[in-house]
Amino acid sequence: MIFDYNVIWENLPLYLSGLLVTLKLLAVSLVIGLTVAIPLAFMRVSRRIVVNFPAWLYTYVIRGTPGLVQLFLIYYGLAQFEAVRESWLWPWLSNATFCACLAFAINTSAYTAEIIAGSLKATPHGEIEAAQAMGMSRALMYRRIVLPSALRRALPQYSNEVIMMLQTTSLASIVTLVDITGAARTVNSQFYLPFEAYVTAGIFYLALTFILVRLFKLAERRWLAYLAPRKH
Amino acid sequence: MFKLEIQDLHKRYGDHEVIKGVSLAAKAGDVISIIGSSGSGKSTLLRCINMLEQPHAGKILLNGEELKLQPTKQGALRAADPKQLQKMRSRLAMVFQHFNLWSHMTVMQNVIEAPIHVLGVPKAEAIERAERYLAKVGVSHRKDAYPAHMSGGEQQRVAIARALAMEPEVMLFDEPTSALDPELVGDVLKVMRDLALEGRTMVVVTHEMGFAREVSNQVIFLHQGRVEESGNPREVLANPSSVRLQQFLSGSLK
Repeated sequence: MIFDYNVIWENLPLYLSGLLVTLKLLAVSLVIGLTVAIPLAFMRVSRRIVVNFPAWLYTYVIRGTPGLVQLFLIYYGLAQFEAVRESWLWPWLSNATFCACLAFAINTSAYTAEIIAGSLKATPHGEIEAAQAMGMSRALMYRRIVLPSALRRALPQYSNEVIMMLQTTSLASIVTLVDITGAARTVNSQFYLPFEAYVTAGIFYLALTFILVRLFKLAERRWLAYLAPRKH
Repeated sequence: MFKLEIQDLHKRYGDHEVIKGVSLAAKAGDVISIIGSSGSGKSTLLRCINMLEQPHAGKILLNGEELKLQPTKQGALRAADPKQLQKMRSRLAMVFQHFNLWSHMTVMQNVIEAPIHVLGVPKAEAIERAERYLAKVGVSHRKDAYPAHMSGGEQQRVAIARALAMEPEVMLFDEPTSALDPELVGDVLKVMRDLALEGRTMVVVTHEMGFAREVSNQVIFLHQGRVEESGNPREVLANPSSVRLQQFLSGSLK
């Protein structure tokens, strides 16, 4: 078996622009997803059914369907309706980048909401009582004690979610975007070298995963030091 | 005038009444020890004082100001005005059996948190206060440590410093030494004795008869949710008149 380095080398600029697209998709969907996930997580730990149920339904439906189906529904499915095509949203909903970001953000928000909700539920009850006994209002207690502590404890699981999202962004290549996988598809269709094209893509994803894992390790060392064994 | 006054407090879980009309009153500088066997309702009583548990009847007054209460659907009482409750709690610092330090914060962060965010003390002043109180309880050298990295005795002394940093009117202690190794109990009791000597008003639920006798000026013996006997600890503990207290004291000497 001979690996054709020349084709890959010549198409490296295509892969690098694909890398940028992947990073953009990942960053945008994670930021929006996390922003939506925090209020959803609070809804999921509420004892009031009218608050809890909508959030439960949302995370159940999103986690219960494949990301690819969600992406197809948003990009192709919505376009079927004339009302959508004529609405002020159409300039956005006809844009593949926007649709991919929206689908990925919705997807990650559901998973992240469940991660944070689990972490919120695991807040030691004594720490909540201490905050109440100090005279903190509910809002202050959530802002200063409960949420910071829950977000820290959610870090290891969240790092997993981020890595999963990185791999999920490869779906964007199916709705015409040229991300890393899209670059590989282009190279394959031009030169018919599927092995070289996709191995190169795989190496890019591996490298990104490696960097993400390192970043989360640093973050855990910074914010989860209180759970680590005593050093001195 | 009394600093803290509890009048005819009742509390039940379902049909089981655990506190059947208990009153107590603390003047400035009073140290009240609440003793009794487990299940006598002493911790529940203390937790009702700052509404961590909802009583079913009774009055709570701090400096003569009555906490406004209103009934819930389940028949218990809750604070009618959350702002009033928060203000009252901020002046009634509590020390818990299991310390309940905020685990993701360092010692220093634990002690300055509520003064800054509840009382609105400027940060520099809060840090200066924290250093003073951490030195008082003897844990200044651990101010950058996390709670999980300290012994129970150190954690409880930090919890006392955290309560002191609120500069409270009354301090509530809920079995502060019960979760500690025997050799660490002494450090915490010594800190509490020093606080009593400074003239701080304290209500202490305890199993430490030595502390109740030597440090407090009033002892309340609870039995099955009622005050069975109370008064000056030197008299009450030396010559108990009720049979229950006699039994309890002979048991605690074993």
